[in-house]
Amino acid sequence: MTAANAVAVVLIVGVTMYAVFGGADFGAGLWSLFAGNAEHGRRPRELIDWAIGPVWEANHVWLIFVLVVLWTGFPSAFEAIFSTLFIPLSLAAFGIVLRGSGFAFHHSARRARGRALATTVFGAASLLTPFFLGTVVGAVAGGRVPVGNAEGDIVTSWLHPLSLVTGSLFVATGAYLSSVFLVSDARRAGAADLERYFGDRAIVAALVAGALAAVGLVTLHADARSIFDELKSDALPLVLVSVVCGIAVLVLLRRGARRGTRPLAAGAVVAVIWAWAVAQHPYVLPPSLTVSGAAAPSATLKTLLGVFGIAVLVVLPSIGLLFTLVQRNLVAETSRPTRQPPG
Amino acid sequence: MTLLIVASNLVAARSQMAFTLGFHIILASLGVALPAMMLIANYRGLRHDDADALKLAQRWSKAVAVTFAVGAVTGTVLSFEFGLLWPGFTGRFGEVFGVLFAIEGVFFFLEAIFIAIYIFGWKYLSPWTHFWAGVPVVISGLGGAFAVVAVNSWMNQPQGFSPSSGKVTSVEPLKVIFNPAVRYEVPHMILAAYLVTGFIVASIYAVGMLRGRRDRIHRLGLLIPLTVACIATPIQFAVGDTAARAIAKDQPVKFAAMECVQQTSTHVTEYIFGRCTSDGVKGGIGIPGFDSFLVGFSTSTQVTGLDSVSPDDRPPANTMLHWAFDTMVGICTMLIALGAWFAILWWRKREISEAKWFLRACAVSGAAAVVALECGWIITEVGRQPWIVYNVMRTSDAVTQANGIWVTFSLVLAIYVVLGATLIISLRAMSRRWRTEDGTDDVPYGPDSDPPPAAVAGRAQ
Repeated sequence: MTAANAVAVVLIVGVTMYAVFGGADFGAGLWSLFAGNAEHGRRPRELIDWAIGPVWEANHVWLIFVLVVLWTGFPSAFEAIFSTLFIPLSLAAFGIVLRGSGFAFHHSARRARGRALATTVFGAASLLTPFFLGTVVGAVAGGRVPVGNAEGDIVTSWLHPLSLVTGSLFVATGAYLSSVFLVSDARRAGAADLERYFGDRAIVAALVAGALAAVGLVTLHADARSIFDELKSDALPLVLVSVVCGIAVLVLLRRGARRGTRPLAAGAVVAVIWAWAVAQHPYVLPPSLTVSGAAAPSATLKTLLGVFGIAVLVVLPSIGLLFTLVQRNLVAETSRPTRQPPG
Repeated sequence: MTLLIVASNLVAARSQMAFTLGFHIILASLGVALPAMMLIANYRGLRHDDADALKLAQRWSKAVAVTFAVGAVTGTVLSFEFGLLWPGFTGRFGEVFGVLFAIEGVFFFLEAIFIAIYIFGWKYLSPWTHFWAGVPVVISGLGGAFAVVAVNSWMNQPQGFSPSSGKVTSVEPLKVIFNPAVRYEVPHMILAAYLVTGFIVASIYAVGMLRGRRDRIHRLGLLIPLTVACIATPIQFAVGDTAARAIAKDQPVKFAAMECVQQTSTHVTEYIFGRCTSDGVKGGIGIPGFDSFLVGFSTSTQVTGLDSVSPDDRPPANTMLHWAFDTMVGICTMLIALGAWFAILWWRKREISEAKWFLRACAVSGAAAVVALECGWIITEVGRQPWIVYNVMRTSDAVTQANGIWVTFSLVLAIYVVLGATLIISLRAMSRRWRTEDGTDDVPYGPDSDPPPAAVAGRAQ
């Protein structure tokens, strides 16, 4: 494998991690937004806080990771994406600010009104941020981002069916992942009612995400024919893996199974991302900028891979430590939701 | 028409960058140095069985949690701005300086992970395990600061790539990472972080003491950060002096602008404040020959003037640069004096002084340190203009061609004002809560027997 392809793989690894972990955090924010008024939504929100509190900061770093690998490894692609897609990326950045501060402050806000406001801001931003990030991916896949400083159309590049469907798919995927994760978290907390609550939502989210993925295929067929064709050939095994994982999760959820839902749900999402990557290869920006054409000089690529190697050796065990401590309830700040619903 | 858009975009983009960077640098400083203060208190608490110090460490960890979260998002905004505002810069040089951000990413990851373990680990981790979980936070804070500031150093002293015009085809990462400005810019900023954080925290406890809260928590809360800051300040002065001399050599035009030297000459007068005009400084206090002396330890040292380059290549707003430099040096001098005062009072009584004027001086030291920090960034950033990469790429060639930066800048301004206000309000609310809980607050470590969750729910945070 060339160094440029290796860096492209690192980039997709970062995208995958952000989609799974960051996506689940976005989804949790979405469930928090739709959990109803303060009284009605208290218990699910307690579970959400308790579950994502210790990990959301670290999950969020994957986005920085993706940005840095993109601008270091493929700077011309970064330039093209961030100038042509100025509007959705600015909106995503605002969403990230509001989301992060909403989450930080709803912990520290004392009064009910301040807390409710922070919760709403957190929830709304959790909906908008993945949507706009999704429109960016849709614009890239649709070949609407030409090389150069704002060479593409600043509005129609992302305001078209493929981008809008991709944005919606991102939101639905996050909601799906987080509800599956929250079922397990509810079990860890011993809250049977919340286990059912998020189990129901996981099934709905799974069906919505599946439907959106199907619509996405139709728009790809109309809008990005070469990617569609690749999905039918080279990337077909990955598409099938995703479908199988998705159906397996549905079956397990229906049967109330205790194991396997989390890895399978993540697997469904990961397979879709890699299918997209395989289908789009060798292009960073279809239809003309390739991985090798956009790649940085080899010394940069090698250093980047070296730093990534160090990150794997140092950061992954640390993340593992954090997640283990969380799963064993050794790190906790907010209270665990009560075992039985009150009243 | 296009030219007009670029010109207006450039002003908007520079304003947005200046504002977001100026905002983030305060939080970044806290992110680098506040965990160190927290661990000093934690160490003291464990080592000397000091319950007050432990309580301080726990409280500071909550402040770290909020400031780190807000700093993480304002930092994310900056990385978006590399593309949203300066796509020409990142598109051409991302492959050169990007490696430093990759290194920073590793440190930032570790910082986020161990901060989470520390903050959420008070209850269930054993005391010393918990303390050691905080140590990587401090180390990665230093590492991250090194990497980010090294990028700025590289923009001031670019090297390690070729060719120097057009698309970069070859990079030497080690030359990029260890560019000549690193050796003074990096220590200057890390010391600034410790100094600013130390004085900010000290000033908060000094205000509390002035309001009559003289308990041990307050005295310790003043003593720890003030000691750290007062050790950092004189070192900072020496490092800054070295940096100024290096800039006179490495970026003579920046130096000429901040000292308002019009013609290259010897026996140059040093002006304290005054207005910078094309005929030299009007007003201000002049010390003949002193500028030459500061640059080369002799009044006959030649100082490069602004006339050495064409007007297009000179930084704007020279009076502001000159004032920023004098203000920064002036504040640092006064903070050194505060440190000396603190040392004398301590030496006499072996206890933190409660003298009213000393506490008042401490109370304003935090704001003063922040002003000095902002002045420093004004000097390095505005002083480098019109270049984004010194003598290699103009800022006007880096700015985005996309329209609408005035819109995003207005939004950023509004959101950040609310964000800053909310941050301060919520930190103040926290401190009020601590005061009312005083005495009833349970000790951070100990036989807290994990009360039934339902009971915790009402009391959490």
